[in-house]
Amino acid sequence: MSSWPLALQSHVFDFDVEELRWFLGIALIVIGTAFDALGCLGLLRMPDVYNRLQAATKCVTLGTCSILLGAALILGGAMGVKAFLCMIFVLISSPVSAHALARGAHRSGIRLWEGSVGDAYLEDRNRRGEE
Amino acid sequence: MSYEALLNGIFLVLLACSFLCLYRAAAGPTAPDRTVAVDILGTMIVAFCVLLSLYTGRDFYLNVAISWALLSFVGAIALAKYLEGKHFDE
Repeated sequence: MSSWPLALQSHVFDFDVEELRWFLGIALIVIGTAFDALGCLGLLRMPDVYNRLQAATKCVTLGTCSILLGAALILGGAMGVKAFLCMIFVLISSPVSAHALARGAHRSGIRLWEGSVGDAYLEDRNRRGEE
Repeated sequence: MSYEALLNGIFLVLLACSFLCLYRAAAGPTAPDRTVAVDILGTMIVAFCVLLSLYTGRDFYLNVAISWALLSFVGAIALAKYLEGKHFDE
């Protein structure tokens, strides 16, 4: 309790802030692990590199950010700040690298799955090539 | 369920997910499949390092996690440039 300012210490409810922080951290870590597991299942089961990329990147980014936020809540102090900065960096860098990988895969000639209904990037490239 | 048992279960789930990523990196039909699997594995290892820091109470695992995230990002960008068929200085 002593590491928190007095205004955050609850005198109304019958839980203290440390216990609430601990439960929130455990819940965020469990939710993030579930998201990571589902994302890796999508990486295993999807039929196409683009489907795999979108399933795995979104789920694993959200799951890892949730795990990092939960660990930051549990750790607190300087280690918590470090975990929070790592969460912000993962949240920024992972979609950028996924976008670059999808662009590189499309430009290297990887075909889409035969059940795909459209290829907007190919149409855009063709239109820009005609102009 | 105690705290230690919960963390052990989470470690087992993340280890199974890492092996799924390694399977996709080994058996992916094309080169972008392997690249995507390695990128996802890097993000999973960041989560693993932070949970190790929570488990042992030491703080250098957080430094490992931050530098692993940075190097995984740079490596993914370099591999994307390679797949696109460009040189690295363009």
